[in-house]
Amino acid sequence: MDRIPILKLGSALLVTIQVDMHDRLATALQEDLTEKIVSARAKGVLIDISALEIVDSFIGRMLDHIAAISRMLDAETVVVGMRPAVAITLVELGLSLSGVKTALNVERGMDLIRRRLIETEAADGAGDE
Amino acid sequence: MAPVTSDRMEVRSSDDVVRVRQQVRARALEVGLSLVDQTKIVTAASELARNMLDYGGGGVATIEVVSDGIRRGLRLVFDDQGPGIADIQLALKDGFTSGGGLGLGLGGAKRLCNEFSIDSKPGEGTRVTCARWK
Repeated sequence: MDRIPILKLGSALLVTIQVDMHDRLATALQEDLTEKIVSARAKGVLIDISALEIVDSFIGRMLDHIAAISRMLDAETVVVGMRPAVAITLVELGLSLSGVKTALNVERGMDLIRRRLIETEAADGAGDE
Repeated sequence: MAPVTSDRMEVRSSDDVVRVRQQVRARALEVGLSLVDQTKIVTAASELARNMLDYGGGGVATIEVVSDGIRRGLRLVFDDQGPGIADIQLALKDGFTSGGGLGLGLGGAKRLCNEFSIDSKPGEGTRVTCARWK
């Protein structure tokens, strides 16, 4: 079975979705990602959807689930690279992905995760004193 | 209104939903729909094909390029022989679902089309028609 590769990028994981997702692939991605978050001690997950021509409620729900699961594992999910036509369609569909953080591209998404990392480290440091 | 072209596709699995999406995209390009309109109709097709699979036990998708003499458009028909929909108004409501979904499929798809209709008889099946004009 095909699987979507997950790359480690510093303290974050990067997933680039390039294929038309079907159910099994989406489920496999959820499982692989959660395992990798724990094994790589990742603090963030970047999901690049710039190659996706559409996001329907099925994919939207998958993104929402991944974000919720990552949050429970202390990692933040940022969806990056959404195409403008996809954003328009998603809102019309009634899906605003309110549980998911978004950024324009991978670089900005990484910035978001890095900033969160610095904040938590600062908080931890303050706690030690 | 006779269709210019008509593609008939069986929807029995999640892979078939992907195939329907690809064919709708190809036809939408042919009709000359704008990028946003293409995205809307392909997304609607995805929702309706998946609905048919999840709630109607699968069925047939028909993708038609249509023309009313002035403009061209794309008409999608989804036919299943599933349990049917008892209360169509309720099924169209956002957030209503009889399965495990988000309940956005039907109402969401309706908003993505210029024309939309549902014919359903409990016990006999459902036909959903949706069209987008250039």
